[in-house]
Amino acid sequence: MNDFLNLSLAEARTRLAARDISSTELTKAYLDRIEATASLNAYITITHEQAMLGAAQSDARLAKGEGGILEGIGIAVKDLFCTNGVQTTAASRILDGFIPMYESTVTTNLWNAGAILLGKTNLDEFAMGSSNTTSYYGAVESPWRSTDAPDKKLVPGGSSGGSAAAVAARSAIAAIGTDTGGSIRQPASFSGIVGMKPTYGRCSRWGIIAFASSLDQAGPMTRTVEDASILLQVMASYDPKDSTSAQAAMPNLLSDLNKSIKGMIIGVPIEYQIDSLPEETSKIWKQGVNWLKSEGADIVYISMPHTKYALATYYIIAPAEASSNLARYDGVRYGLRINEKNITDMYTHTRTEGFGEEVKRRILLGTYVLSSGYYDAYYLKAQKMRNLLYQDFNQAFEKVDTILTPTTPSDAFEIGDNKDDPLKMYLQDVFTVPASLVGLPSISVPVGLSKRGLPIGLQVIGRMFDENSVVRIGRTLERAAQFKAMTAMVEDTTKDE
Amino acid sequence: MNESYYIKGKTGLWEVAIGLELHARIISKAKLFSGSASTFGGDANTQVSLLDAAMPGMLPVINRKCVEQALRTSLALRAKINLHSVFERKHYFYADLPHGYQITQYKDPIANDGELLLDLPNGKIKSVKIERLQLEQDAGKLLHEQNPYTTYLDLNRAGIALMEIVSKPDLSSPEEAKLYVNKLRLIMRYIGTCDGNMQEGSLRVDVNVSVNKPGKPLGTYCEIKNINSVRFIYQAIEQEANRQINILENGCQIYKETCLFDPMKNKIQSMRSKEEAHDYRYFKDPDLPPLVLEQLLIDELNNELPELPDAKKARLMSEFNLSSYDVNILVEDCTVADWYEQLAKQSNPKIAANWMISELFGALNKAGKNLSDSPISPKALSELLNMIENGYISGRIAKTVFAVMFKTGKSAISIVKEKNLSQTLDHSIIENIIDNILIAHASNVKKYKEGKHKLFSFFVGEAIKKSQGRANPNVVNQLLRDKLDS
Repeated sequence: MNDFLNLSLAEARTRLAARDISSTELTKAYLDRIEATASLNAYITITHEQAMLGAAQSDARLAKGEGGILEGIGIAVKDLFCTNGVQTTAASRILDGFIPMYESTVTTNLWNAGAILLGKTNLDEFAMGSSNTTSYYGAVESPWRSTDAPDKKLVPGGSSGGSAAAVAARSAIAAIGTDTGGSIRQPASFSGIVGMKPTYGRCSRWGIIAFASSLDQAGPMTRTVEDASILLQVMASYDPKDSTSAQAAMPNLLSDLNKSIKGMIIGVPIEYQIDSLPEETSKIWKQGVNWLKSEGADIVYISMPHTKYALATYYIIAPAEASSNLARYDGVRYGLRINEKNITDMYTHTRTEGFGEEVKRRILLGTYVLSSGYYDAYYLKAQKMRNLLYQDFNQAFEKVDTILTPTTPSDAFEIGDNKDDPLKMYLQDVFTVPASLVGLPSISVPVGLSKRGLPIGLQVIGRMFDENSVVRIGRTLERAAQFKAMTAMVEDTTKDE
Repeated sequence: MNESYYIKGKTGLWEVAIGLELHARIISKAKLFSGSASTFGGDANTQVSLLDAAMPGMLPVINRKCVEQALRTSLALRAKINLHSVFERKHYFYADLPHGYQITQYKDPIANDGELLLDLPNGKIKSVKIERLQLEQDAGKLLHEQNPYTTYLDLNRAGIALMEIVSKPDLSSPEEAKLYVNKLRLIMRYIGTCDGNMQEGSLRVDVNVSVNKPGKPLGTYCEIKNINSVRFIYQAIEQEANRQINILENGCQIYKETCLFDPMKNKIQSMRSKEEAHDYRYFKDPDLPPLVLEQLLIDELNNELPELPDAKKARLMSEFNLSSYDVNILVEDCTVADWYEQLAKQSNPKIAANWMISELFGALNKAGKNLSDSPISPKALSELLNMIENGYISGRIAKTVFAVMFKTGKSAISIVKEKNLSQTLDHSIIENIIDNILIAHASNVKKYKEGKHKLFSFFVGEAIKKSQGRANPNVVNQLLRDKLDS
């Protein structure tokens, strides 16, 4: 059994195609594992029957030597992707019980490639959060425990916390998430897995419940950089149904994956060395720089002067868009409705009870920054700053091929921490939001453990549409770091077998 | 300028300044951002896409056909087209607005600085400036009448493409406002961008009204929303101007307000004051990149634009030597003008205009028919008119023939032959008739010969009458002169 659970997606593909294993066995193993790790609360909906049916069909195709790139492989899907006939909630009470009659473009691409839906993973409500504690369906627990306080439950990061926890706990071979300001990369870093956000426009947003439209991007969450590349290749497509979808074709991510990085120029932005950066994060970052140097890359220290404004800019633009995108949840057509005598009261009570605290906080923030009298001081200024950040990166990419930074300032925190201090929580995104605001591809790769024995990731940011360089540097870090650490939870299962 | 419109108040004369915002439903198969049909009058909620219902995760995609319609309209209004325009979200909560915002244009509309020319009753031409033309979505409809306790929602209209066309406050009387709406509607009908049907809500009008003393700057305006007939526009402006004058003359101030006009009571009612004004929180729609247009497309559309009413009017006047009055009637509808031109090419243009306007329109009106249902084609009518022109039948007989043509759809020639109505050209018969008249009215003949020459027309009339209109008046004249003056 642990044999199945420790397979990478790439290995599973090979073995399925060789008919060495069957999709039914593989799928069953993961469904059992989901059950065994149910206490993590990584899934909101488990599509047990649908998955087993899909596995049988995949096996039939595989038996005939047919099947797509992901044939017979079960994937966990963040519950922000609309799935036809399967409850889709955005982890919000306001959408509790909502069953779409349509399938998102990204998941359609997965199923067309032969993949199977294992279930819908938990997330921060409407993808707003860095801890996966704001879900209407309860917090997600990380499979990791720190060495100094092993009895304390930790967050998996967020907002794609369910997907991260599932991959880390081996209750999914791979998962997909969405990233608005770091919602794939930060939980990947906390959970010791690979998470990648492609260039804005690579993956269609059609059928993904919107948080902040100019930032939202789908991406893979996997155990290896190769797996992330395979999955992203399938997820990405030009979609005429999304007016912001990129027409440029995605290059083959696997072709250059293992090539030498000799002569590539890596930028290290000095502004990311913030005062509050813990020594151990700084050390791992330096370690990453040294690995790349020893692989033949040239290291250039660069300045990106507007970095310090990125977080504030993000926390104006994202809530502004969210306040608008979430206006449709009004109790009129679908989702929760609290009946009242008049429509204004119906709106008020539906939205008051349907949305959680963090969502309401961001709707208020967004409404405020778009209000007349404040628009110029906040939203307009933030847009200007977004342009300056764009220039920062443009100038940097005249000199360098990719940029290397930490993914998060520190390792995972306990469930409940930062709860009463939204600002501190928002600081989680300080290294991930700049690439989000500019729409650049970036990956988080696990490279080491903190003193407390918790994973720490490094982030590689690439040029617009240059996912190739991003995965290549990511793969190099992965190879150098040889990150083999496993959560106690996973080790236990290994022993049981 | 004593032709100008003034309202007499207690303190003297007041001028009125009016600006109009027209919401014109674009003629197109699909909605502005979704593929669902945009026809009027379907069963409730049968033309609703996932986007129109604002389902989670759905995204808008611009319908280029609607953009082209807006461009045609902008070109026809001689507006400056912006090659780069932006869609923004305008937020407010209402059940007929599924997204909680309307996608519209705000800072960067598709066109600015247009112009519309009005033919004033005094024969002068007035230029009214158009500030902007923007593309936007329509909202759905609430149905209150079906159940006393519940309101239902019909989203068929939600997302249909509208053009908002905003004039400067250049209009100075209710009459000018009426002319403006009619002219704009006419132009849009010519180019096929809006059917202008106000009853069906294809054209809805918001009116901005302010008053000022002559020579003084414009006053604070109030907006009267959603007026759906030209008559009500007229009434609403009069009511609102008088309301404001009354307030000002009592020493009070006008505050910017949004009002509704109640046609039943002929009264203006306040909808919301400035303090209650919505904060729409406009911002660029992040789902839609800016609308970028190629000059080539605009040039193409401009070249394909049909002849517009003003140009057509000028051409018809010069080409066919018609009066301004007649031409105004003919260009009122593109199909009327086309019909006329076909007729005028095959017959005397002036007679053609007279017959079309008085006889054909009269008969159509009486029968409750449109020109498109006319049982008489331009060619058929031209045959009739040419029979008059050639002296084959008289004008009076022609009217009889016309009535039969209209009723039966038969050709003029076959009717004239069938009923033996052609003017009798046989001199001997006419001579015989005249001889009989001269004998019967011997005393008048005597008087005529004594110098009472006015009696000549009496003899002509008698002869025509006796011939039952079938005698050619020219022949009658000639024969009478021969007999009386020799």
